[in-house]
Amino acid sequence: MQDQATITLTINGLTYTRAVDARLLLSDFLRHELGLTGTHVGCEHGVCGACTILMDGRSARSCLTLAIQADGATIETVEGLGRMSDLGRVQQAFREHHGLQCGFCTPGFLMTITDMLRHHPLETDDAIREALSGNICRCTGYQHIVDAVRELARERGPLT
Amino acid sequence: MTAFDASVEMRPRLVGQRIKRTEDPRLLTGSGRYVDDMAPQGLLHVAVLRSDQPHARIRSIDVGEAFAVPGVVAIFDAGDIAGDFKPAIPTSRMKGYYATPFRPLAEGKVRYVGEPVVAVVAESRYAAEDALELISIDYEPLPVAVSKDDAAMDDAPLLHDEAGTNVIISRTFARGDVDAAIAAAAVVVKGRFRMTRKTPMPMETRSYLAEWDRRRQALTLHSSTNIPGIICDVLGSCLDLPGNRVRVVAPDVGGSFGGKGSLNHEEMLVCVLARKLERPVKFVADRMEDLTAMSQAFDETIEAELAVDADGRLLGLRADVIGDIGAYSIYPWTGALEPVQVVSFLPGPYRMEHYRGRVRGVLTPKPPTGPYRGVGRPSSTFAMERLMDMAARKLGMDPSEIRRRNLVTAEEFPYRTGSGIIWDRSAFQECLQGVCELVDYPALLRQRDAARAEGRWVGIGLASYAELTGIGSRIAVAPGMPINTGTETASIRIDATGAVTAAFGISSHGQGLETTLAQVVADELGCRMEDIEIQHGDSALVPMGTGTYASRSAVLGGGAATKTARVVKAKVLKAAAFLMDVPVDDLEAEGGIIRARSSNATMTFREVAHAVYAQMGRIPHEQREDLVGSESYDPYLGTACASTHLAMVEVDPATFAVTVKRFAVAEDCGRIINPLIVDGQVHGAVAQGIGAALLEEVVHDEGGQLLTASLADYLVPIASTMPEIEILHVEADLPNNIGGFRGMGEGGTIGAPAAIANAVSDALAPLGIEVDTLPVTPDRLFRLVQAARGSARL
Repeated sequence: MQDQATITLTINGLTYTRAVDARLLLSDFLRHELGLTGTHVGCEHGVCGACTILMDGRSARSCLTLAIQADGATIETVEGLGRMSDLGRVQQAFREHHGLQCGFCTPGFLMTITDMLRHHPLETDDAIREALSGNICRCTGYQHIVDAVRELARERGPLT
Repeated sequence: MTAFDASVEMRPRLVGQRIKRTEDPRLLTGSGRYVDDMAPQGLLHVAVLRSDQPHARIRSIDVGEAFAVPGVVAIFDAGDIAGDFKPAIPTSRMKGYYATPFRPLAEGKVRYVGEPVVAVVAESRYAAEDALELISIDYEPLPVAVSKDDAAMDDAPLLHDEAGTNVIISRTFARGDVDAAIAAAAVVVKGRFRMTRKTPMPMETRSYLAEWDRRRQALTLHSSTNIPGIICDVLGSCLDLPGNRVRVVAPDVGGSFGGKGSLNHEEMLVCVLARKLERPVKFVADRMEDLTAMSQAFDETIEAELAVDADGRLLGLRADVIGDIGAYSIYPWTGALEPVQVVSFLPGPYRMEHYRGRVRGVLTPKPPTGPYRGVGRPSSTFAMERLMDMAARKLGMDPSEIRRRNLVTAEEFPYRTGSGIIWDRSAFQECLQGVCELVDYPALLRQRDAARAEGRWVGIGLASYAELTGIGSRIAVAPGMPINTGTETASIRIDATGAVTAAFGISSHGQGLETTLAQVVADELGCRMEDIEIQHGDSALVPMGTGTYASRSAVLGGGAATKTARVVKAKVLKAAAFLMDVPVDDLEAEGGIIRARSSNATMTFREVAHAVYAQMGRIPHEQREDLVGSESYDPYLGTACASTHLAMVEVDPATFAVTVKRFAVAEDCGRIINPLIVDGQVHGAVAQGIGAALLEEVVHDEGGQLLTASLADYLVPIASTMPEIEILHVEADLPNNIGGFRGMGEGGTIGAPAAIANAVSDALAPLGIEVDTLPVTPDRLFRLVQAARGSARL
């Protein structure tokens, strides 16, 4: 249970090497070992999606991933999407459309949407809602989030 | 709409505009700070061993090898901390009420599954949880009455022996002679309505971090609460600390919906332990702990009978309500909060002479019920609006028409309901008419009829309601409740750089109050919005503040902001008048610039502030005043907020799943500060209302064990099950309140369940089905349809 392993991984462009307990969750590693507290934990059983990150380019639940499983991986978290003075495009769209209220689920949505915009056509509202259905938001009723994604998908155009 | 204050209306306003939120950049970049994001030096973590028994005496606790787990620092049960605090007592003057003492850990016996019994403190949460596995509690099971009906029986086993009964709340509201009205009525409809237990389920779980300052012998609690001022006051008295040595800070809070609006066992616990161990102590609930032990909601049975004359006019309503309040009367609201509000609000927004509502609140071995967005009114509106539709059906009248005939009209305000609530001017009729126009109601009826002709189960449902919001000191949530919810204070100061800091007792947890209050302050003060910092969520900011709940913060916070900004502005203009050598009434302020109308000479706020604070002798000492102000606001009665919701649903005859095809809301929240934020509040509240109508249900089995302890069992709305929500704002004048704001944070949860229940009943009207229990899950619908078909065959 207390087995340790040394892992090396790249997070938002920086490479980290750390010795971690084998049982340490990736979410806890990011939040408590590295201080990347932008990734949130909402349920620890993989339903709510608040802890979503990108692992090697695809969205993943960091609460259902062990830190040692991310050895050698490239991770993207909300901290890599933009800065307060220079918001990334998905963040801007959320702000313009009021796609967040308490902000707790928001990092997970931003990461899911980043993945969906890279890989899915998102041509209709139904498709957008389906793409968002693995993330729970308790504040917005999803409508303003759908508005933001609709604009982002239109702006991106068809996938090539 | 008429102007509220001519001197204000002349300037370009921020109030009323779709201003992007100031909170967003930090929350969008992972730069927010929630309690679990904090990790002070020397931090210890708490894990809690909870009762697996609904009602049992604690015979003994064996910690076994738990201390041997590396990293474990200490283990506590109730006996170990007995002298370290006084229990919190949710007092009330209600007759026959018993105030259950509230403690960090169960003492002597446990009263619900999930109640904290033992706390393990360790260097990491992982180690603390390892230790929990090694601790065993020997229980002597005691008899239980799990359901409220059983618990209310005279011979039921007592949960709190000292109370002498499980029925600790009993009230009756009455006017007129309802029995005679019912006996003589042309039409009487009745039902037994139930909204089952639900949980608020904010995305951030309950999180608490207590720090003990050895130097000052002072406590700071960082809490995911929406009532920091209330928590500060009660902790001060429980821990015997003066208010200047207890501070409760709510940093960024990930939603509450009421679930973080009461005192929690673990919140007291971390404070007791931090003082005892003289180290920072943190507890963060996991999702199962929140689903198991966060305060819950609803859970009343409402037996009600409505009398109507042949023209559809309401004559009288008779109701008997029994509410399951769980194992404790919650602090500070008491267990009366939810069930008593059901009876208070049951007559709805209607004109009706005769009323009698009786309510009992019963202790049961379940988590306490507490505030949940809408408090009581989702259930009361569900029952009343179902009765309205049942009466309309009997009369062959359209549901919109029976509402039109009975909603209080503009000339009748102020109108006192049978339960004593006073409705003041609000757009009751206009909201009904508005929603019907918004969806083209006659066309919608034709669509429904066409679908029905094809054999599809399509239905339309309306729900009208009113609520009291922004309540002042005239009305207590429960009589004798140990707190004042009727006032709010703002404290505004301009510093030597011209920057404006406005501090409040409210506590935003998603509502965007940093943005809306800055809009109000900027308009009133005449400064730039970007020069304002709004501070909130900290008990140390103002002498007395309670927090954000009950749709109060725009009304009370906005009122206090307005009053205080006017005081500070007067000081700024007085100083500027001296500096510019012009009469003060020649000056106006806008966008951070003070301008003399006669000469067009200007000074900035920054220049005035610099002169006042930093340039010695620039203003004669006897005239010089700091640019600060602090005022409180009490709307006394408060405001009424009204709305009508409309839902169109389709029931799948194969799966019995309900799809919401359309959902529309017409609502009056008075003058809107920020339409973007108001829309967001309506969307979110309606989503929770749809959840309550179709999905969300906390289920305890006959043994008091929770069956819905994960988000795979407790279902909430997701994007693919939510409809697009259409909104019409009716901004009715509200002349008696500063700013003209009505509170609106809760409303969506109140109308949506009733509208959906009416729509589903309408869809299944060909089978004669009347929905009386929510959520109307596929399983419940299947049984209703089976029963209806069975009886049809007979």
